[in-house]
Amino acid sequence: MSDVNTMQIEFTLNGTPTKVDVAPMDRLLDTLRYALGLTGSKEGCGEGECGACTVYLDGVPVNACLVPTFQVRGCHVETIESIPHESLDAMLTSGATQCGACTPGVVMTACWLNRHPELSKTHSVRELMAGNLCRCTGYDGIIDGIECEQRTKSSTL
Amino acid sequence: MRRLEGISKLTGQMQYVDDIHVEGCLWGMTVRSPSPRGRIREIRFGNAVDWSQCVVVDHRDIPGPNEVFLIERDQPVLASDYTRHIHEPVVLIAHESREVCRAAVADVQVIVDEEPAALEYRVLPKPEEVQRGNDNVLKTLKIEKGDVEGALANAAHVVEGVYETGAQEHVYIETQGMIAWVEDGVVITKGSMQCPYYVVNALKHALAREESGVRVIQAPTGGGFGGKEDYPSHLALHAALLALKANRPVKMIYERSEDMAATTKRHPSRVRHRSGFDAQGKLVAQDIDVAIDGGAYVTLSPVVLSRGIIHAGGPYACEHVRINGRTVLTNSVPYGAFRGFGAPQTLFALERHMDVCALAMDMDPVELRRINLIRDGQTTATGQVINDGTDRAAILDKAASLIGLKSKCDEHASFNATHPYLRRGTGIAVFFHGAGFTGSGEVALKSRVRIAGLPDGRVEVLTSSTEMGQGALTVFTTLAADRLGLEPKDIIVAEPDTARVPNSGPTVASRTAMVVGRLVERACDDLQQRVGLDDGARGDVVRDAIAMWHRNNEGKALYGEAIYEKPPGINWDDTNYTGDAYGTFAWAAYAAEVEIDLRTFSARVTDFVAVQEIGSVINETLARGQIQGGVVQGIGWALLEECVQERGAMKNCQLTNYIIPTSDDVPPIRVVFLENPYEYGAQGAKGIGELPMDGPGPAIANAIAQAIGVSADVLPLTPERLMTMMDSAHV
Amino acid sequence: MLAGDSSLIPIAGATDVLVHWPGNLEAKTRSYLDLSGLGELRSMQWADDTFTIGALTTYWDVICNEQCAQAFPLLINAARQVGSVQIQSRGTWAGNIINASPAADGVPVLMAYDATVVMQSCEGIEEIPLDEFYFGYKQMRRRTDQLVVAIRMPRRAHDVEIFEKVGARRAQAISKIGLAITHSQDGWRIVASAVAPTILRCKAIETLLEEGSPVRSPDDLMAAIAKDVSPIDDIRSSRLYRERVLARILYHDLKGIVPSFV
Repeated sequence: MSDVNTMQIEFTLNGTPTKVDVAPMDRLLDTLRYALGLTGSKEGCGEGECGACTVYLDGVPVNACLVPTFQVRGCHVETIESIPHESLDAMLTSGATQCGACTPGVVMTACWLNRHPELSKTHSVRELMAGNLCRCTGYDGIIDGIECEQRTKSSTL
Repeated sequence: MRRLEGISKLTGQMQYVDDIHVEGCLWGMTVRSPSPRGRIREIRFGNAVDWSQCVVVDHRDIPGPNEVFLIERDQPVLASDYTRHIHEPVVLIAHESREVCRAAVADVQVIVDEEPAALEYRVLPKPEEVQRGNDNVLKTLKIEKGDVEGALANAAHVVEGVYETGAQEHVYIETQGMIAWVEDGVVITKGSMQCPYYVVNALKHALAREESGVRVIQAPTGGGFGGKEDYPSHLALHAALLALKANRPVKMIYERSEDMAATTKRHPSRVRHRSGFDAQGKLVAQDIDVAIDGGAYVTLSPVVLSRGIIHAGGPYACEHVRINGRTVLTNSVPYGAFRGFGAPQTLFALERHMDVCALAMDMDPVELRRINLIRDGQTTATGQVINDGTDRAAILDKAASLIGLKSKCDEHASFNATHPYLRRGTGIAVFFHGAGFTGSGEVALKSRVRIAGLPDGRVEVLTSSTEMGQGALTVFTTLAADRLGLEPKDIIVAEPDTARVPNSGPTVASRTAMVVGRLVERACDDLQQRVGLDDGARGDVVRDAIAMWHRNNEGKALYGEAIYEKPPGINWDDTNYTGDAYGTFAWAAYAAEVEIDLRTFSARVTDFVAVQEIGSVINETLARGQIQGGVVQGIGWALLEECVQERGAMKNCQLTNYIIPTSDDVPPIRVVFLENPYEYGAQGAKGIGELPMDGPGPAIANAIAQAIGVSADVLPLTPERLMTMMDSAHV
Repeated sequence: MLAGDSSLIPIAGATDVLVHWPGNLEAKTRSYLDLSGLGELRSMQWADDTFTIGALTTYWDVICNEQCAQAFPLLINAARQVGSVQIQSRGTWAGNIINASPAADGVPVLMAYDATVVMQSCEGIEEIPLDEFYFGYKQMRRRTDQLVVAIRMPRRAHDVEIFEKVGARRAQAISKIGLAITHSQDGWRIVASAVAPTILRCKAIETLLEEGSPVRSPDDLMAAIAKDVSPIDDIRSSRLYRERVLARILYHDLKGIVPSFV
């Protein structure tokens, strides 16, 4: 029903130049999942509450359910599919994932804050993770994994 | 062992039902009732969409009885001429485009001649609201031991109390979803679920098919908590009906608001206590009345009520006990299974009541509990003799000392006396949770597990028990590997596909590791016997024997098998509700420290300690994760999560307005395991999935009551409710 | 473009527009004007006597700005309580003003800093004080041909700066009550949210503070609060709760700061 009114959007997706046809207000989440087949980003609420669809837009976490795809033209979008597996060891050990539905979003925010140690001067990990609702872990497994990774990083610096 | 499917989840590679691409699939959606009760006069289709391009299903398309097969068959698959709750499914629509499908659903009007709805379970219905029997009561149950009235008459103290809890929404992060298609005449459904064989039974019944004509596959399931126990049967039926009519695959994925509005919730409850004590504070009588709101159909309410009343007397020794329970029909969206299954409601009442009793008798709440805790040789309310050697007082003392129940008392008192608006307090709750199906339930289930020996010497675990985050996959792998002395890589856990796996029962009731896990071990033993080994054989010997068997029996399948057997000495009388309600109980004491801001009346948990005896711990990380997650769900239920009801339906069905805890709302949850192996559980384990839901409510309510002197007798203790309680406490 | 089509809705971060988008059939029939290409509107400019933030400036931009933390700490405080990082990185201050939610988190602090709304159209630039911008529920003094291009605040020395957000949980909650308080040589600014059809300055409370009338308990504020605000019962809270909590926060937060609060 949207073929009357589609537009081609070009952006960089996980480091690769990408073109996709979208309707003007298609959500980035739908574009990623259904048009581009990247199903790692999950839809948990469709209202920007749960964070399961967290991706990076020009390096900053956003909820892909609240981004119109046309607004990412010319931008860098990174999804869970871009996260190197070896960076997840601490979270695997700490029990950061149970059912896994919130997990891709959790991992995106966690990796972002691990890449930005300066944030720890002003923010607690719990505050920064508050945009990712998890119903299984009670958050300890997640927080422990992040803090463990941070300790490992700071000790290897 | 680390979670086996962990990396696939952490990297987003796990394919949940909405992630599975099916060629030629239609989107299916549901038209729902706008009324809590009434006769459906007409279904009006508008002209906003091209209906010739839509597949439309109503009750006339159901090949078999229009009934969802469960305990009773009172619930229709699709409402035909009568509706009993808002959001009841009436018509199904499928279309290639999800967008068009949405527009089509919005273009259908269900016209209902409304009749008076029963919306209040706590009072008798008006005559015009009666829809079942003469009082809308769906089921009553009773436990009776000794002479309650006599004991109350002679008691030194009698303390009464009334306690209420609200509905709770599961908020599994993956919403309900199902795909259905027909292959070689077999109806196949694949989706998010806890109990594949429940779905099989529902499909067989309403589609009038033999078991061979249906097949159910569990897709990776993004959380369940009981919410995917019975509801997936509805969704599977809906998707299957659309797929049969369309002759194409159909995918139904609920959006969050639909999921919250239309699917089950935890039963609201009201529990009355009348407790008698002797002069020393020994419990001599418990008179308990439990009422739960069942919603519009029977669903699982009778068994929720059953678990509720069995736990209502708590882990205390009392000779004279009477517990009356009833579940009442209302024209609300049916309530259903939710972690704890009735026990969190009755244990909240009991453990809040124990603090009320302590205050009334001027006793220390810990001391009151300690002197009444069941000791080995004493009996529960149903007369079950407890004889497991667990030191229950040690559990209580451990939790009390870790939270600082005594040590922080003075500190909090002086803080509270000087701070202008912050108040601190601590509270404790001690409780138990029966693992596995209640009473003769496990016997009736006849759960079966198979272990296949593969030609290359590896083994495959075949069960219908599902991984939904709790760690079944990892635990089964551990159990089989340990039992056979194999490496985890030599163990495959089969996808729960009813075409391949036997019925190991539903994935509910904290039974998977303990009961099904034990069957995995026994099936491993059986496999060893079948290849000519004894139980002690391990490792290469096993692998070689399996491979050898295949060389000698080419083309044949090798299975070890185990069927549930009741542990010796377990007897349950379902008529009189007496005897051994559960094979075993896990025991726990949880303690909370809270801080209340009197400017805003909001309470927050600042420390939480969970001490429990759960048999043996199979996997420390997984077990701790279960406890921490359950506690945080319990904190949500205690303080934040309120289903705002309007005409029997949830009004705040968005995550913006139904508030669950974030990482910033909860403290680290301190977990302590005390181990006392249970002979009939896998590796000595008891069930733990539900246990952590029981303790936070009363521990937090007790802490709040201690800090600010309110009744704290209703959950959730939202700021608005605390404000009202403070008003009535200080008049 | 706005001049040519009065139904066009300008969007920046889209965090309000896309909420429940798939099921929002009505929203899909509307037309939207994307502002995200106007990079020059994402700016923060410091002049001697004013601080100006461009219309596309996000909460996160402000959170990361150290000068802002020094000069306008309430902006940081409020921004950190808007949704989550994922929302803070997309949501804009101007969008918060134009969405006109009575429960907005960004607007109270802007109003307490005497912000003005800078709007541009073919006819020129217009600047309206934020506390005069709303005149009813979602009613604003912005013509459909005008685009908000900036928000400007005077640079003043404040001796009192307080922001309180009362939500259903600590993080990521829609306000049940918001309260921003500032004091400078220009006097008191008491701004409340979620207690009236619009966010507004509580003039009766401000007068009470300016006059130094004695306040001995939260109850002593109720009369002034009744003049200033008109909260309602809704899905998130109750009228009574909002009135009483507003009084209690005001009382406790100002006690010890204001001599007349005893």
